[in-house]
Amino acid sequence: MNIVEKILARASGKSSVSPDDVIFANVDKVMIHDVSGPGVIKVFDKLKKQGISVDKLWDPTKVWVAEDHFVPSAEKVSAENIVKLSNFTKQYGIEKHFKYGMGQYGICHTLSHEEAMVMPGDVYVGGDSHTNTTGALGAFACGLGHTDVAYVLLNGKIWFKIPETMYFKINGKLPDHVMAKDLILKIIGDIGTDGGAYRTMQFGGSGIDEMSVESRLTMCNMTTEAGAKNGIVESDQKVVDYLTSRGATNVNLVKGDDDAEYSQIFEYEASEMEPIIAKPFSPENICIVREAPNVELDKSYIGSCTGAKYEDLEAVARILKGRTVKIRTEILPAAISIYKRAMENGLLKIFLDAGVTVGPPTCGACCGAHMGVLAKDEICISTTNRNFPGRMGHVESQTYLASPQVAAASAVTGKITDPRDLI
Amino acid sequence: MKGNVVKYAQDNIDTDVIIPGQYLKVHDYAELATHAMEGLDPDFHSKVKEGDFILSGKNFGCGSSREHAPIALSHSGIKAVLALSFARIFYRNAVDGAFLLPIEIEQDAYDGISEGDEIEIKLSVNEIKNITKNQTYKMKPFSEIIGKIISAGGLFKYKPDQD
Repeated sequence: MNIVEKILARASGKSSVSPDDVIFANVDKVMIHDVSGPGVIKVFDKLKKQGISVDKLWDPTKVWVAEDHFVPSAEKVSAENIVKLSNFTKQYGIEKHFKYGMGQYGICHTLSHEEAMVMPGDVYVGGDSHTNTTGALGAFACGLGHTDVAYVLLNGKIWFKIPETMYFKINGKLPDHVMAKDLILKIIGDIGTDGGAYRTMQFGGSGIDEMSVESRLTMCNMTTEAGAKNGIVESDQKVVDYLTSRGATNVNLVKGDDDAEYSQIFEYEASEMEPIIAKPFSPENICIVREAPNVELDKSYIGSCTGAKYEDLEAVARILKGRTVKIRTEILPAAISIYKRAMENGLLKIFLDAGVTVGPPTCGACCGAHMGVLAKDEICISTTNRNFPGRMGHVESQTYLASPQVAAASAVTGKITDPRDLI
Repeated sequence: MKGNVVKYAQDNIDTDVIIPGQYLKVHDYAELATHAMEGLDPDFHSKVKEGDFILSGKNFGCGSSREHAPIALSHSGIKAVLALSFARIFYRNAVDGAFLLPIEIEQDAYDGISEGDEIEIKLSVNEIKNITKNQTYKMKPFSEIIGKIISAGGLFKYKPDQD
């Protein structure tokens, strides 16, 4: 069995599983946030009316809560959602609730790794499509809607069809100035936004061994944009060290068998990769940066679970050091722990000296929620994950998806710019 | 199930156009319905009737896990979405929450059915009848688990132990 089959077999109490088998998997961790949480509360209200008990959760110690989409509260409706979320965690005895303005908080997917909330081999579900991100730690990490998450909260399990696994073998090392974001955009461009539909996208090979854990998180994060059920990387010593340094103990490695089967195998030479963008209005609409359209950008947005981890900010700082931005630029570190490291290591000074506005952790404008959304006809280059019409604001705004380095280089020139061409 | 078709002849209708991100904070189902399809078709809410169907291309509902998407369509009156294929979270949200039926169709139905056509969905024989044009198309049958959850009336009413 491959790693996903092994995890799901273990979680469903079976000795083996194969693609297309339907199982009920016991869940190890579940996450809700300020959008899916109130959605779950609404489902609970409906269940109560149907006479189904919602008095207690199956295991509150396995549930954790993030405040990320509309925080700091954008207006009164989102403020009320935060209150609802607090009441919910209090009522059900959920202790792991990362509240803004109270120490560590941030984007849920970022907290999943920053706070070592998920371990290799876990079945982890979240009320958010980018839950896939956390598969980089070697977990089966999958996004679900409100009804499914409510079901998990009450029953501790959920049905899955065992997915086929597409294996992406990455050879070699990415060149300087080329990032994991460029590679995953290239893959999505090749297979399309439904190219991974209902399947697992597993990444491996020397190029993945070479990558940092944070780069692998970027790869798995955007498997969602290919429609995948989950993204995954087999855990190694780097994952153990990463989680251990964040307080985890007894981190076990989980790997597939030597004779694991995959539905398709793809091979990429990392050393041949170049900086890539996805043009409006689809993550599959890629081109290499040196062939990008000559548009006048209005804004550079460096944020989100995809593109505002510490490593991403370090890459941005490398570009912005000693330079100033030519267009409106926002940097929103994805969690307070990252914000703090950026401060301690002098990154914030580089950003502020460059003229950037540094904001608090939030999903913010990535999903068009608040804090820097786009006006009609505005054109943005962004380290986020989606660029559908209206994704970051007005339906007639445009978003180009890019790596943190490309977004930073473009902030300096006001044009879509390959960081290698920055003088 | 009979109704008229609202056709979006394109692939990749995503959750950001089905219900834009700014409404994710809204959890009132009737209010969400007033913003359904706003990112693509601002007239949708006024033109759609109870019992209507949406017809579209590949990868319908791609993007986010927001259950707001099937909720907004269902509370606008949409009983089923017919598409060449669906994105996975939209599909399972529609079924597990019992909001609407996601029906996978073949190219003949996609090409044959026009905006406004009256159709009848016959689940028992996996057929779609185009009453307006007097044509019949096959729909792809639901997988076993999906069929059972739909018959039960959603995931919470489905009892796997009684299988």
